[in-house]
Amino acid sequence: MSSIWRTLPSAVTRDVTLMSLGVALVAISYGATAVSAGFPAWLPPLIAVVVLAGSSEFLFVGVLAAGGGVGAAVLAALVVNARHLPYGMAMRDLIGDGRSRFLAAHLMNDESVVMGLGQPTEEQGRAAFWAAGVGVLVSWPLGTVIGVALGGVIGDPHVIGLDAAFPAIIAALVVPGLRADRKLGLPLLGAVIALAATPVVPAGVPPLLALLALLVMALPKRRRPRRAGRHRSARRASSDPESVEESPDRAASAQRSPCDSSTAFTGCHHA
Amino acid sequence: MPDLPSTTTILVGVALLAVGTYVFRIGGAALRARFAGSAGMDSVVDRAAVILLVAVMATTGFTEGDGVAGIARPAAVGVACLLAWQRCPFVIVVLAATATAAVLRALGVV
Repeated sequence: MSSIWRTLPSAVTRDVTLMSLGVALVAISYGATAVSAGFPAWLPPLIAVVVLAGSSEFLFVGVLAAGGGVGAAVLAALVVNARHLPYGMAMRDLIGDGRSRFLAAHLMNDESVVMGLGQPTEEQGRAAFWAAGVGVLVSWPLGTVIGVALGGVIGDPHVIGLDAAFPAIIAALVVPGLRADRKLGLPLLGAVIALAATPVVPAGVPPLLALLALLVMALPKRRRPRRAGRHRSARRASSDPESVEESPDRAASAQRSPCDSSTAFTGCHHA
Repeated sequence: MPDLPSTTTILVGVALLAVGTYVFRIGGAALRARFAGSAGMDSVVDRAAVILLVAVMATTGFTEGDGVAGIARPAAVGVACLLAWQRCPFVIVVLAATATAAVLRALGVV
């Protein structure tokens, strides 16, 4: 494990630390909300450790607090967590084949996925994924414990804008990569689909429907000039570059662009 | 406040949720291993992860329940996106977003 921490650039370490602090703040409001709904104090931290997926926990606790049954709560929360299946597919190379993959899988969440994707090399991606995963594994349950202890003392988290913290954390981590990729179209289309679907489908389904944006990749495209891949191109066999919207080499290099969230602190003049 | 189910029932639910979520996580990786080496597949799943993240950000930032999440939070997330696009440091992006929402609410904008 020590080699993983040595691989991390200091900017990534800083991002992970601050991200974990932000996650802890959200967790404080989660813990406080849960105990004020009448749950025993030990329950929210337990859920935080064994599920380790914030938005689904909010929903699980929220459905029960609103008088819903356990079955409905589990189902709703599992629908929210269904996105971890495609996350698992995208993170497969980063979590590897060793025994550590069984822990790595548990550390998979929005934050660790976005940190892992945003690195220039696979080695750094793996290190950032683990660092962010461990950061959330510590900060989410710890913040929940603090929230449980504070209970009603902290009052309404909306007053200090805490409800904006989670989407802002994701924005801070994913948007710089979008700019570097110059591939805004599909994520924007996906977001529009998700927002449009929100009033008519259950919680958690809209992001899954956003994946319909991928169908655009199957449309016939006019040919574009290719750019050479930078990092992972050598690893990947380019079977049929024109069968998708762009060549896989280009996609891989864009995904691993050196100009990403991890360099946000130092300023990036690459792109 | 409605009565909560018994603690045992809740714990069974927590166990099901934990196992189900873990199966999604490890199952995705295992599924991908089946298709290892397909370059088109690599491109699609990397894109899928980014699309999911942006959609999660949009839905948690702009909606609450079935409707729009008022004005303060969407405005805050808009500020976060703008600052992140300008490559502002992580802490600035998150603090500016929460401060935007807090200030707007202090001014009576929900």
